[in-house]
Amino acid sequence: MTKAPAKASKPGGLATKTLVLAGLTIFTGLVLAPFLVVLINAFKSSEDYSQGGPLALPSTLYFQGMIDFWNRVEFGEKLWNSFVIAASVAVLAVIISVLNAYAIGIGRLRGRTAFLMFFLLANLLPQEALVYPLYYLSKQFDLYNTRLMVIIILTAIQAAFGTYLLSSVFRDFPPSLLEAAALDGAGKLRTLIRVVVPTSWPTLSVLFTFFFIWTWNEFFLPLIFLIDNDLQTVPLALAVLQGQREVDITTTAASALLGIVPAVLFFLIFQRTLTRGVMSGAVK
Amino acid sequence: MAKTRSRQGGKSGYLLFLLPGVLLFTAVIIIPLIMNIGISFTRWQGIGTPQWVGLEHYERLIHDANFWASFRNILFIIVAMVVVPTLLGLFLAAVLFDYVGKRIGPGTASVFRSGLYLPQVLPVAVTGIVWGWFLNSSTGVFNSILDSIGLGFLAQNWLGDPQWALWSVMFVMVWVQLGYPVVMFMSGLQRVDPELYEAADLDGAGWWQKFTRIAVHLIKPEIYVVLVTTTISALKIFGQIFVLTRGGPGNSTLVPSYFAWQNFFEKFNAGYGAAISTVLTLIIIVLTYVFLRIQTADERRGA
Repeated sequence: MTKAPAKASKPGGLATKTLVLAGLTIFTGLVLAPFLVVLINAFKSSEDYSQGGPLALPSTLYFQGMIDFWNRVEFGEKLWNSFVIAASVAVLAVIISVLNAYAIGIGRLRGRTAFLMFFLLANLLPQEALVYPLYYLSKQFDLYNTRLMVIIILTAIQAAFGTYLLSSVFRDFPPSLLEAAALDGAGKLRTLIRVVVPTSWPTLSVLFTFFFIWTWNEFFLPLIFLIDNDLQTVPLALAVLQGQREVDITTTAASALLGIVPAVLFFLIFQRTLTRGVMSGAVK
Repeated sequence: MAKTRSRQGGKSGYLLFLLPGVLLFTAVIIIPLIMNIGISFTRWQGIGTPQWVGLEHYERLIHDANFWASFRNILFIIVAMVVVPTLLGLFLAAVLFDYVGKRIGPGTASVFRSGLYLPQVLPVAVTGIVWGWFLNSSTGVFNSILDSIGLGFLAQNWLGDPQWALWSVMFVMVWVQLGYPVVMFMSGLQRVDPELYEAADLDGAGWWQKFTRIAVHLIKPEIYVVLVTTTISALKIFGQIFVLTRGGPGNSTLVPSYFAWQNFFEKFNAGYGAAISTVLTLIIIVLTYVFLRIQTADERRGA
């Protein structure tokens, strides 16, 4: 009836438990196997790879492939580009989302449903439906092939989602806090900065995390707007390298590992924020 | 009277906060979107003056085998990104939450959850590179595993053979997508009131009945969110196709967004690319609208 006796009493429980655990472990192991294969091959020399194949452990730890790759694509520079773009977009998109949501969710502007539908649609649009005019306009305004252009476009796209999510969060903002601020004589801007933003900080940090990771992983817009080698982001540099024919397998593995590491690091750092965000996002 | 006036004054005060957002959206979304629709009625190489051709591109689309292939392929991609991950995700989330979480420990369950979610965090380009290598015909990991276990005759040119390319892409997409519904559904299951389960136990309901009658019913909001978001991202898929197959061989893995990109930036046929992306946009808007309608109707019935 309750859970506790079921745990203790069933004699077949242990066998089932082992079976379920083993099944899940094998399945999850298969899902994670590609990460392991990338890891072991990133530290092999070409000779080592051709002798042992992709599944053997490296006979000696070979770092030269990774170092060569790093220097060849100037990976440090690519990391910096990705970081600058992702961080700028995340900060700017959170600010725009907060301003929009403050007006729509707390200010209860007339026509707010229409505004919300518009922001939702702006986020759902395929980027292809915007990209050619943006490409053309960026050339007219001398913004083509600049990080600024990518930052502007992605800020708008991410802020569309942020506005949509945050407006529904702000709709339930405790009115007593707003009234207290008004009684203290705080204006709207002051209320926003001193009351609304600090109170909703957890949600804002989730949004920031989402925006940062989404922007970091973005491929389509950098592909079109960042032509110069020294402006490229991590995903773009890896894909471009892959397009060159003479790339060997161990370089591929080394490059894949360097692409995976930042993503997995973000995942580990932000994991709790993200799960919380997925949860609050799901119920809205 | 005075009260209403002051409140109205308050509202226009809020309008000011909308200004930066509105300016940004006008410049980046509204104007380009309108321009794109405009371009779709013209013949234009991206330089010179666009030449008005009316509906010519849309008529051409109807007769273009590549266009139809790209939408046929999208149906397969939807199976791989929406149908399979949702069903498998429901099953895995139920096992992890109800069985592992309750009998073994929530810690173990969340370790599995994180493991399954990990492919979701990779940049699409990296996913493409890794799987492009695994599925490569001569140097790929897949064929070399088949070789080493004596099944070498099953080896294929997974991405280069029109018969296999789409299936290979679908396989990769299931790998990418699976973790998302698992995370969403597990968080949804936390809302299920344990008393409902206990009542069902008293009525003699089995695990399967409890799962379909209670769990699936109660996490409907999460199921809708997953269905809508994954369907839309399936329709928009670009990066993986770009890195894995570039739509080929032939048009066996061509998708609308890649087809549009090709016309914009490879064939310098901006008008045709604009027509393709306009159709794709329309489909996404209609689909979202239909989904939202079904969802609201369903919520009303449930209430």
